[in-house]
Amino acid sequence: MLLRPEEGEMTVQKENSMLKQKQMLADHFMELSQVRETGKKVVYTFVPGNLTELIYSFDMLPVYPEINALQSGMRKKSRDYIREAEDMGYSEDICSYVKCDIGMMVQGNIGPTGQQLPPPDLLLLSYTGCFVFMKWFENLKHLYPDAEIAMLHIPYQEAGRIEPDHVEYIKEQLRTEVIPKFEKVSGVKFNETKLGEKLDLSAKAEDLLIEIFDSAQNRPSPIDAYFGGVYYIGPIFTAFRGSPECVDYYEELAGEVRFRVENKMGPITPDGVLQEENFRLVVEGPPNWTHFRGFWKLFYEMGAVFVGSTYTRVGGVYDDGFRHSSDDSLKSLAEYCLGCYTNRNLPQRIDLIERFITRYHADGFLVNSIKSCNSFSAGQLVMMRELEERLQIPVGFIETDLVDPRYYSYSNIKNRLDSFFQMLEQRQIMKRRMEAVV
Amino acid sequence: MAEQHMTTEQYTAAIEKARALFEDLSYSYAKEWKEQDPSRRVIGYLPIYIPREIIHAMGMLPVGIFGAGDRMSIVKGDAFFQSYICHIPRTVIEMALNGNMDHFDGFLFPSICDVIRNLSGIFRLKFPDKFIRYFDLPQNFDRKVGGEFYRKEIERLIEGLKALNGHELTTEELNASIEIYNYNRRLVNELSDLRSDFPHKISAVDFYLVLRAGGTMTVEEHNQYLEEILRLAREVDADPEDKIRVVVSGAFCEQPPLGLIKTIENAGCYVVEDDMQLGMKWIKTDIPSDTDDPVSALIEAYLDHSEFSSAVYEADNPKGEQLKQQVIDRRADGVLFCAPSFCDPALLDRPILEQAMDAYHIRHFGFQYHENLGQFHVIKEQAGTFADMIKLWE
Ligand code: SF4
Ligand code: SF4
Repeated sequence: MLLRPEEGEMTVQKENSMLKQKQMLADHFMELSQVRETGKKVVYTFVPGNLTELIYSFDMLPVYPEINALQSGMRKKSRDYIREAEDMGYSEDICSYVKCDIGMMVQGNIGPTGQQLPPPDLLLLSYTGCFVFMKWFENLKHLYPDAEIAMLHIPYQEAGRIEPDHVEYIKEQLRTEVIPKFEKVSGVKFNETKLGEKLDLSAKAEDLLIEIFDSAQNRPSPIDAYFGGVYYIGPIFTAFRGSPECVDYYEELAGEVRFRVENKMGPITPDGVLQEENFRLVVEGPPNWTHFRGFWKLFYEMGAVFVGSTYTRVGGVYDDGFRHSSDDSLKSLAEYCLGCYTNRNLPQRIDLIERFITRYHADGFLVNSIKSCNSFSAGQLVMMRELEERLQIPVGFIETDLVDPRYYSYSNIKNRLDSFFQMLEQRQIMKRRMEAVV
Repeated sequence: MAEQHMTTEQYTAAIEKARALFEDLSYSYAKEWKEQDPSRRVIGYLPIYIPREIIHAMGMLPVGIFGAGDRMSIVKGDAFFQSYICHIPRTVIEMALNGNMDHFDGFLFPSICDVIRNLSGIFRLKFPDKFIRYFDLPQNFDRKVGGEFYRKEIERLIEGLKALNGHELTTEELNASIEIYNYNRRLVNELSDLRSDFPHKISAVDFYLVLRAGGTMTVEEHNQYLEEILRLAREVDADPEDKIRVVVSGAFCEQPPLGLIKTIENAGCYVVEDDMQLGMKWIKTDIPSDTDDPVSALIEAYLDHSEFSSAVYEADNPKGEQLKQQVIDRRADGVLFCAPSFCDPALLDRPILEQAMDAYHIRHFGFQYHENLGQFHVIKEQAGTFADMIKLWE
């Protein structure tokens, strides 16, 4: 998920936090481009169930192929990369992130900043909430035969709760599979104190993150929890969790959000601060990246703001109180992985959305169904109907893809959104009439 | 001559029995079985692998749910799944909502992919009174790690099943079930060998129906049935045809329609190995059936003797190697990669497997299908060309 788009694609009015973010990311990619000189080791891993604190505790650098893929989508490179992968035999039917990533590698592995990304020393296969992850890294292992690979199997919350033996299973895998491979690749001994310090810093950032997401309870909402969520609220979280800079960043951002709340300001959009909040929405599903700005515009020009989104929870759900902790570091990592959004069963996911809708006073619920992503998409139609029944709110449905531009149809999306907004409008008129009568 | 005629008739009748079970989307066999004793329970399972021994030992009938293929029109199922999701979950939910599986007491969804996983959630929501379980299989193969995890999953499964009929599982019962399934796997292997040695004696469709019947009947009856089929198929007098020998790979979940299987053969390809009913031969050895701890025996069999599959992390045992070995063992001329549309596990494995086949100079070609495909002429043409080319090269 998530990361700052390139200039040109978007020009958003900049706040300090955004400038800070830009610098942090530039530094990170610079560091990655210099590993030949510095000797730092590189870990490729996934956003859901990411073990960023553990990676940094070994002084290694993370690379997130999902983020590279979405960046390629935003930079209009994904079409070529996907074609490249399809020429290699990858079916049109499968997840476009995988194809985009593989195509990018084959074409020289040039990252979002135009610098070449280093190959992985370790492939950390955090198999959390998505089956494709396993297949993706099996494929990468064939492309990078010299890289070590460590599999971390995260059991699914099939019964809607974390089983204690699942925590133990993950801890054991960390002890016997993941940490030894880290030690082998980095030449550094595992240091639980160092890991613990990072986990405690993560907890601080997590408190701030939730404060920011929760600010959407205000009217107008000072944030857009979907587009803004993936644009400037979430990105730092994945790549830098556990660092003091990450806490600084969220302090800065939380300060800006508090200011906007005090001054009753809406969220920042590519065309400036949203002046009028007409519709408050909760959305399920990842965004489209190839037409990010145009996609966002379809909403903000109607005064629609997202007050809650599930996609910003794929890298971890902190809404129900979970925080990383040094008390039992490995247990904390295990519980984090188990709790990621797509590792929760369908009824849990519906409950979480219901909570977002009520907590953030949403007027409607929208599904952006992604052609690529079974992990999200399978079951969304049921979620929609369930929430419509439970909450009696208008629900909308659109289809796009993550980074395959062939599946973005402006007119289809626009038509569907027009009817959705009409439905919302009528609801509001009715509501106002009822209130007038009372 | 008359004897041969009789054998052929008996063989045809035996196959028709499997075909009737295949056609019956109301699962009447399970219904009738259940009605014979009030303590009986029926447990449906989705592809690929479930330790059926446990269900059997609990006095229940495990029934394979492989979708309705082209035998049902979809009315409700399409409202549950977007067009870019494979077909099998639609027919499964359609059957469930239409009441075809009302007599099932529970459903098991093995960890194979995100679609099956999320389907388990849909079942939880739609059928709250049934026993619904997503059955997570380990992707870590260390006995102390993945093995212990799997033990807990199995214990939870046993607990869950016990709540359905109060049955207290004993070591003896589980050992006995393991033995019955060992025998079943031996017979399946024997039939697979027979088909590979004499592919003209048992067609790909017949072989498929016989195996598929194993997911419908009791294992005891299936064992008898396999014995009968083995005997009859050996006796059938058929002439070999000039066809190439192929391994079919990638069809382990959503099943190809019978017409497609037939098409492959009619196009000049004897199917000498396939993964369509992979669960039937998942465990590759006999499982010890005389231990004090049969659960451990099941765990070890899974960890150490599973068939390779797209649903299992390949760890240090590359799947390309294993597919190559199958080609060698079955003296196949090539591989047909035959996967359902939108099937992540199969389609993401395909490039790796294709590259491996190229490296070993094994010829292959691939296509996609869905379970209700009705037109086969393109595939027939492609498979025919593939067969002709191989014959030319030989
Ligand atoms: S299927 Fe979905 S969650 Fe999985 S890798 Fe693709 S986009 Fe990510
Ligand atoms: S056909 Fe493939 S994607 Fe569909 S349910 Fe089966 S394994 Fe999953």
